[in-house]
Amino acid sequence: MNNRTDSLSTMEKVRKGIAKRRSAERRFRFYGLTGIVLGLVFVLILFISIIGKGYGAFQQTQIALDIEFLESVIDPNQTRDSKVISRADYNSLIRKSLTKVFPEVKGRRQIRDLNRMISSGAMFQLRDRVLEDPSVIGRSERVWLLASDDYDMLMKGHIERSVPESERRLKDHQVAWVDKLLEQGLIKKRFNTFFFTAGDSRAPEMAGIRGALMGSMYTLFVTLVLSFPIGAATAVYLEEFAPTNKWTDLIEVNINNLAAVPSIVFGLLGLAMFINFFGLPRSAPLVGGLVLTLMTLPTIIIAGRAALKSVPPSIREAALGMGASKLQTVFHHVLPLALPGMLTGTIIGMAQALGETAPLLMIGMVAFIVDIPKGIFDSATVLPVQIYLWADSPERAFVERTSAAIMVLLAFLISMNAVAVFLRKRFERRW
Amino acid sequence: MQTPYLLFTLLILSVLAYFIGKRRSVTVVEGALRELHSLPAYYGYYTALWGLIPALFLMLVWLSFEPTWLAHQTVASLPEEIKSLPSSKLNLQLNNIKNVAAGLQVSQRVDPLIVEAAEHYNRLRKISNFALTLVVLTCSLTGIWLAHKKINKDYRARNVVEKIMTGLMILASTIAIFTTVGIVASVVFESLLFFRQVPFFDFLFGLEWSPQTALRADQVGSSGAFGAVPLFAGTLLISSIALIVAVPIGLMSAIYLSEFAGSKFRSTAKPTLEILAGIPTVVYGFFAALTVAPFIRETGELWGWVVSSESALAAGLVMGIMIIPFVSSLSDDVINAVPQSLRDAAYALGATQAETIKQIILPAALPGIVGSILLAASRAIGETMIVVMAAGLAANLTANPLEAVTTVTVQIVTLLVGDQEFDSPKTLSAFALGLMLFVVTLALNVIALHIVRKYREQYE
Repeated sequence: MNNRTDSLSTMEKVRKGIAKRRSAERRFRFYGLTGIVLGLVFVLILFISIIGKGYGAFQQTQIALDIEFLESVIDPNQTRDSKVISRADYNSLIRKSLTKVFPEVKGRRQIRDLNRMISSGAMFQLRDRVLEDPSVIGRSERVWLLASDDYDMLMKGHIERSVPESERRLKDHQVAWVDKLLEQGLIKKRFNTFFFTAGDSRAPEMAGIRGALMGSMYTLFVTLVLSFPIGAATAVYLEEFAPTNKWTDLIEVNINNLAAVPSIVFGLLGLAMFINFFGLPRSAPLVGGLVLTLMTLPTIIIAGRAALKSVPPSIREAALGMGASKLQTVFHHVLPLALPGMLTGTIIGMAQALGETAPLLMIGMVAFIVDIPKGIFDSATVLPVQIYLWADSPERAFVERTSAAIMVLLAFLISMNAVAVFLRKRFERRW
Repeated sequence: MQTPYLLFTLLILSVLAYFIGKRRSVTVVEGALRELHSLPAYYGYYTALWGLIPALFLMLVWLSFEPTWLAHQTVASLPEEIKSLPSSKLNLQLNNIKNVAAGLQVSQRVDPLIVEAAEHYNRLRKISNFALTLVVLTCSLTGIWLAHKKINKDYRARNVVEKIMTGLMILASTIAIFTTVGIVASVVFESLLFFRQVPFFDFLFGLEWSPQTALRADQVGSSGAFGAVPLFAGTLLISSIALIVAVPIGLMSAIYLSEFAGSKFRSTAKPTLEILAGIPTVVYGFFAALTVAPFIRETGELWGWVVSSESALAAGLVMGIMIIPFVSSLSDDVINAVPQSLRDAAYALGATQAETIKQIILPAALPGIVGSILLAASRAIGETMIVVMAAGLAANLTANPLEAVTTVTVQIVTLLVGDQEFDSPKTLSAFALGLMLFVVTLALNVIALHIVRKYREQYE
């Protein structure tokens, strides 16, 4: 009898607690979901903030001017020599044309302001136009010239007209000029080809990512050429040939540790070894590629080993049974089957290398370089470093460029990863 | 010949050698391939390797000693008064000469002495280049000729080729060791130079960090204090904020994904979360400096707080976002490694799913989770770009997350970007900081991997 009441009370206790336990369950589940949602929201905020800041940079404000290509200014002696043509004073042509559009502007300061409306790079636009087709000399032609960055910001709404004049970078009379141009349809936002064809520049409207992109290409080329063969050879050796002994253990421990060494330490290695000790050129894609090779090797080796591991032993046994040597077995049968996995790992390693910044700062790839590099020994910078440099620049227009450069970088990374995923899906075999 | 062309020529030569060797093996046995020890292709490989490897090796050695030799010879040709300059000034002159030689110096006023030296330098380089081309090509051709002579029907070409291939693979796999040795050597060597000037314990326990050393004795404000405690504290502060953000979010999402989520949700949420791991750190840095930091400052001002525009909070928060996927994917792995039998036993006793997770799975997976948190911590400590772009530059010993602090990695970057003098403690201190960073992250990783491995063995 006593027993029975006891068990009843236990059941009651359990029943009483159930509601509480269920709500605890629900709460816990909610926390879990919150964690994920927060993570996903962060991804979203990151992308929205960058795209929101950067999409504008794909357009650039340009101003149409009727330029008279006066022979007396460009080539007074009619030599048509390209040296003479490139040294001509194109700014005076622009100034002349501007005063024609704004005949009412008087006074030295006003005229100086007016001339600053056109980018300091516009003269190169004119020069290239003349070099490309010298017959334009002596004629008059309508040319779309780059506006300087403040006017670009005004057109894109980053300089607000409602702000009091004293706090605005562009004063009322300058805004009025823009309005006049707008009325005549002479100022317009057009697709920004400069961004993709120009090197770095101090003037935001002239700055492009071409130089950084080429630098990234050369650096990645060096990295790929070195890290894929070395990584693949290491993976094959460790997985297929290496005896289990202390030496092999040491190699494995080293690889695992290198995978976790902070990237900046690799930069220190590059600076002390490659530049100071071996005397390789600073800022060169060659050194950058070497440093990134050492960094990406662990990724490639680990992925390569996993790929080799997934090839079933029956393949090896069959080949060995047919009389193939150990090396023939690996190179003719195992490696081709493991190759897609290895390539996937390599692409992911390359994507990491493409986004890496810190070690490249150490080896001097932060220099301000206007020229587009032509080889692996030229001074160069890479896309992530370019982003870092622009992010440091005070001009408002650089914020937009930086975000746009980030978008280009992310586009590259996403497409590389997509290729890796595709390779894995297409060639992965389940044995 | 320029190096790339020389390399290309070598490659072409070795391809030719392959066909020569292959042809030779066939003609040696007059087409009766059964008589040959190895397949004809192996004789081809054998010849090609002989044409390539010794020549490549020679080229590598030559090119690594060429700059030193050139510099030495150029200096030797200079007049006595320049030669006797101290080594730092001599290097400056040498750089000048190299710039002129490369045609970089555009300014008109160049010392005629330098121009002459530059011409001498160019002449030497031409000679060296010509000799290199000659030597390398001769070496390659001799190799091919020797290999060609050796081919006969009993020659075990396959065995030799396989031995060489294995040797090359072993060589490749030792690069990992060389890298570690290289890192340790370069960091330790410069650090030792640093500790000769600044005592080790002053560096480790000093409370003041201002690495600007005086150029002149009477200069103001360049005391050159190298106490690294403020940097360690700053690193710790930012990393702790990052972990406070990342551990709960990462852990809860790992639990939800592995225990509650359906396979469909899991297969979209997990890769999306892992996007965070693939975004370059410079992007996070930009995000922290231009979006998060102003946001925090404005929010703080609403409440009347003084928030620095380079607050530790902004950098830590963004770094936390960055390491969420590290925590979540590693924890996911360890939670999945807990045997199903433990879960089944708990359910059989009437536990709810949440109770099973809290009281059975998490305690069982705890060592693995601790390991993953340690790995994430080492990632946070070594992270550079976010703090370079969003944290402060001046050392500041504080625990207030709204103030600007600086970190070890920020200091390494600021000390080493730009011109360096490898005899001043200012530059060398960066290597001492690098040594600390390397030791700490290595220790964290070794401990973490050890814990994870031990834990895995428990359930296998």
